[in-house]
Amino acid sequence: MSFFARFAQNRGALAGLIILLVIIAMAILAPLLFPESPWRMVQRPFLPPFSQDGFPLGTDTMGRNVAAGLMHGAWVSLLIGLVSTSVALLIGVPLGAIAGYYGGLIDDILMRFTEFFQTIPNFALAIVLVAIMQPSVTSIVLAIALVSWPPVARLVRAEFMSLRNREYVEAARLVGQTNRTIILRQILPNTLSPIIVLASLMVATAILLESSLSFLGLGDPNVMSWGYMIGAARTVIRQAWWLSFFPGVAILLTVLALNLVGEGLDDALNPKLSRER
Amino acid sequence: MKTPLALAISAAALTLTAAAMADEPRSGGTVNTIIQPEPPGLVLGMVQNAPTRTVAGNIYEGLLRYTTELEPVPQLAESWEVSEDGHTYTFHLRENVTWHDGEPFTADDVVFSADVFHRELNPSARAVLQHVESIEATDDHTVVFTLTEPFGPFLISFEAGTFTMVPKHLYEDTDFRNNEHNDHPIGTGPFKFANWERGTVIELVRNDDYYEEGMPYLDGVNWHIIPDGGSRAVAFENGTIDVLPSGTVENFDIPRLSAMDNVCMTEEGHEYFSPFAMLWMNNREGPTADKRFRQAVMYAMDREFARDVLWNGLGDVPLSAFGSNARFQHDGLEPYDHNPDRARELLEEMGYDGEAITILPLPYGETWTRWAEAVQQNLREVGINVSTQATDVGGWNQRLGDWDYDLAFTYLFQYGDPALGISRTYLSDNIAKGSPWNNVQGYENERVDELFNAAATAFPDEEREALYREVQEILHEDVPVGWLMELGFPTLYRCDVQDLVTSGVGVNDGFKDAWLDR
Repeated sequence: MSFFARFAQNRGALAGLIILLVIIAMAILAPLLFPESPWRMVQRPFLPPFSQDGFPLGTDTMGRNVAAGLMHGAWVSLLIGLVSTSVALLIGVPLGAIAGYYGGLIDDILMRFTEFFQTIPNFALAIVLVAIMQPSVTSIVLAIALVSWPPVARLVRAEFMSLRNREYVEAARLVGQTNRTIILRQILPNTLSPIIVLASLMVATAILLESSLSFLGLGDPNVMSWGYMIGAARTVIRQAWWLSFFPGVAILLTVLALNLVGEGLDDALNPKLSRER
Repeated sequence: MKTPLALAISAAALTLTAAAMADEPRSGGTVNTIIQPEPPGLVLGMVQNAPTRTVAGNIYEGLLRYTTELEPVPQLAESWEVSEDGHTYTFHLRENVTWHDGEPFTADDVVFSADVFHRELNPSARAVLQHVESIEATDDHTVVFTLTEPFGPFLISFEAGTFTMVPKHLYEDTDFRNNEHNDHPIGTGPFKFANWERGTVIELVRNDDYYEEGMPYLDGVNWHIIPDGGSRAVAFENGTIDVLPSGTVENFDIPRLSAMDNVCMTEEGHEYFSPFAMLWMNNREGPTADKRFRQAVMYAMDREFARDVLWNGLGDVPLSAFGSNARFQHDGLEPYDHNPDRARELLEEMGYDGEAITILPLPYGETWTRWAEAVQQNLREVGINVSTQATDVGGWNQRLGDWDYDLAFTYLFQYGDPALGISRTYLSDNIAKGSPWNNVQGYENERVDELFNAAATAFPDEEREALYREVQEILHEDVPVGWLMELGFPTLYRCDVQDLVTSGVGVNDGFKDAWLDR
């Protein structure tokens, strides 16, 4: 059975994938459908949704097009989710690999270091980091990456510990491969499937974190993100529900889709486990 | 069920009774209002914070009071005279005034308050007192201020918040800051301090021995302390609170609250402070150092939009450096309308090459954030390459104090006279690192310095007017800062609270006249 066929067996995962593709399409099409800046004040404020052509989702407190904001926001959310996850992987995977492969004192040192990050609540640390670095896309990506790498390191370390004494690794050692080659060529490829599953969930968490930061006013003031839209609409929620509703639904769908896809990947990459389930 | 006709009749009858009853002030009742944030203390002159002024302005009094046109009217002084040359001011005090502890109020108290108490403790009074050579009590109820030179805004400096009368018999020869009476302020005002439950409520009760017959009408005023903005709005909605002084609820709640039944709103009562929102523009470096760039910014901004959308239509778009509540406003200047084409022309003329600049919003909440977004968008639309830097209050103070900014939002009080509230922004000797409140933009113009300094001490007003006209023409052309808006600070109240805002400082001394039509 092909990989995709196994993935598609999980109906939820398929639905998640479709939603995700739609959101990616939104992000890509945003500059084509709404070439003007989403910050542009184009109509009178507080236009309800579906009341005027060209403004399907209405306008916000300052007469900005909510649909344009939503489309451009998709780009920001996905970008921050993907980049910060990549950065988190770049930190977590090497640390976990080294700790798990070498064990002993190196493992102890690296894991104590990891625990140091794990003991501080993620969101609190992210707020502090962004506040210190001044809010911008870069600082937000860095902050999210810095609070989300420890689980990666833990996971990779566990995988490495279970794999480092397998026969094929022993064999590689016998033929004289260096530690580096063994880590990169022999063990790492075999840990990829859990990392991929974890990464897809991390993207979802990163999007949520970014939204929460923007909601609190710690977003990059120069980009229109979903969290920002909700944060700005919070104050008028009793007058204009649609301002927080649509970006809220967008966040919900994106995070849900990523979780479904993650689960589908898990099934597809570990067919044995999923059959047992 | 009532028929529409019956409803109309009963409604008319209600209106009639209300109108008949509205004629004569009636005594009785206690008003519940809000103070936000909780003041650090209540002794005016020792503490200058806005919430202190608001509560204690009803306990203490000044020699004069000011109408919403900022005309001085009698308070503790019954009448006053100014000498022909503008050097001598003579105040005749009321004779039947007593302090809340029963001691009589005399000219000695005035001399003590002005010459000793405020000189030591109160920077804003000190700024006025530096023009005063001597203060003398010629008899029990007459005080003579002799000035070193005429000082135009002298007569507007006697507001209770600036020049409070404090009791000499309780404060003389004591350590003012640790005086035992600081916890139980004694003034001459219409209300006496009764109780302060920290974090909950400050209670004032009627001063039965007040010198104006029959006043005040209220039995008391309770200032509730509710730290959360949403809860304050709800407390007003559900009827717990009768009066919301300006700034006690968020801007975006105002349209909803003011649309409620039996709720009235007034924009009067802030004339003395008349907060003026401005856009600092760094005159030292970058594109903002070019006058044409600054003019382009003025043309690019849609200030009417900001007023109508962000400030719910409250406030005024200023013509130039002098607001409408400042005296001597030159109304013949050509306004900087929203004119993006003119802005683009000016940018082209100066050869603006798209150099990136930043904008620093004022970290005072949602409205200011939205405002920065709107201005940023306005500027981008004429081709200015601008981005926003978010910051907190500390960061904002530091960036401005270090002159490390291109554009930045702020607002300043005008205090009724250009020499008190306006010149400080433009005088070159007011350029000093470290403060975000002086000539932060670094504007230097010798002629402007000369004119402002001459106008402060010119006498009489006609001479001041001529000098201020010229200065406004220069400033209007140079645009040292962007003039955004004279902010409207509305007071919301139940319509049956009558005569609440009668002076240029609003509820700060307004409960004196207020009465309940219930």
